[in-house]
Amino acid sequence: MTWGSLNDFLAMGGYALYVWGSYGMTALLVVIELMALRTRRHRAMNELRRARGAPDGSMR
Amino acid sequence: MLNSIHPLGGDPANAGARSSWFKYASPQTFYPLAGSLAPWFAWAAAILMLGGLYVGFFVAPTDQQQGESYRIIFIHVPAAWMSMFLYVVMACWAGIGLAFNTRLSGMMASAIAPTGALFTFLALWTGSLWGKPTWGTWWVWDARLTSELILLFLYFGFMALQAAIDDPRRADRAGAVLALVGVVNVPIIYFSVQWWNTLHQGASVSLIRAPTMAATMLTGMLLMALAFWMYSIAVTLLRVRSVILERERRADWIGQYVERAA
Repeated sequence: MTWGSLNDFLAMGGYALYVWGSYGMTALLVVIELMALRTRRHRAMNELRRARGAPDGSMR
Repeated sequence: MLNSIHPLGGDPANAGARSSWFKYASPQTFYPLAGSLAPWFAWAAAILMLGGLYVGFFVAPTDQQQGESYRIIFIHVPAAWMSMFLYVVMACWAGIGLAFNTRLSGMMASAIAPTGALFTFLALWTGSLWGKPTWGTWWVWDARLTSELILLFLYFGFMALQAAIDDPRRADRAGAVLALVGVVNVPIIYFSVQWWNTLHQGASVSLIRAPTMAATMLTGMLLMALAFWMYSIAVTLLRVRSVILERERRADWIGQYVERAA
């Protein structure tokens, strides 16, 4: 194990900005992409419901 | 009804045994298939990513020259691989669509593009954050970095072009031409470190040489690469389902999949 403590781990040997900047951006973009997928699917479904006059339920 | 105009879009039951694999080229068959496959790839991605992060942060040792800054490699290299690989896959789908006029191919190409752009941006972003402590600069106009930036613009160009054309089939064809022309950039990225004298280092992993890095570092990197690969498949499958819903909105078969509002 390389790390003596949690602070040690977070400090990344002085490279915290670079290492966590990389991993943080990756996590952020993955979350954004998953949310965008959800939104796109909901929008497509709503569009279909409207086009077909199917019950729109609570979306109204 | 609309989808029976196209020979490959008709009822899969009518397809002959000889061309039975063609039935997966129909959005009608692929929509539920993609829906049932996506969770498996998503779980595989999550598990591989946990394993890769564990190996990358807790098993792989500190690098003697670069200290802990090298741990960016576990994202940087897999992201760069995916950025090139996804482009080639996207161009293949686009090319198939252009050659055989199959609707699903164009949908797959447009479903891949955003994720390809994401990994290209991540390769550039993490490379920049790695370059600062190791080279002393965030950015340099060397062949590797410049050609990777061009890849990002190719993804953006592909998406912008498709978005700008109202008729999806015409958008597919225009996008396909752009995607296929842009393919020449991929070998340029890959071989740039050999062809030109770049600040960027050469490949650390090669099929013809023994790896120059510690086995645990390599393991972490490969786990992350597999994770990104599975993630890309899962996300592409989910996105292509939305593309199908958007484009096939007037097809009869889609009625059974219209969900009641939650």
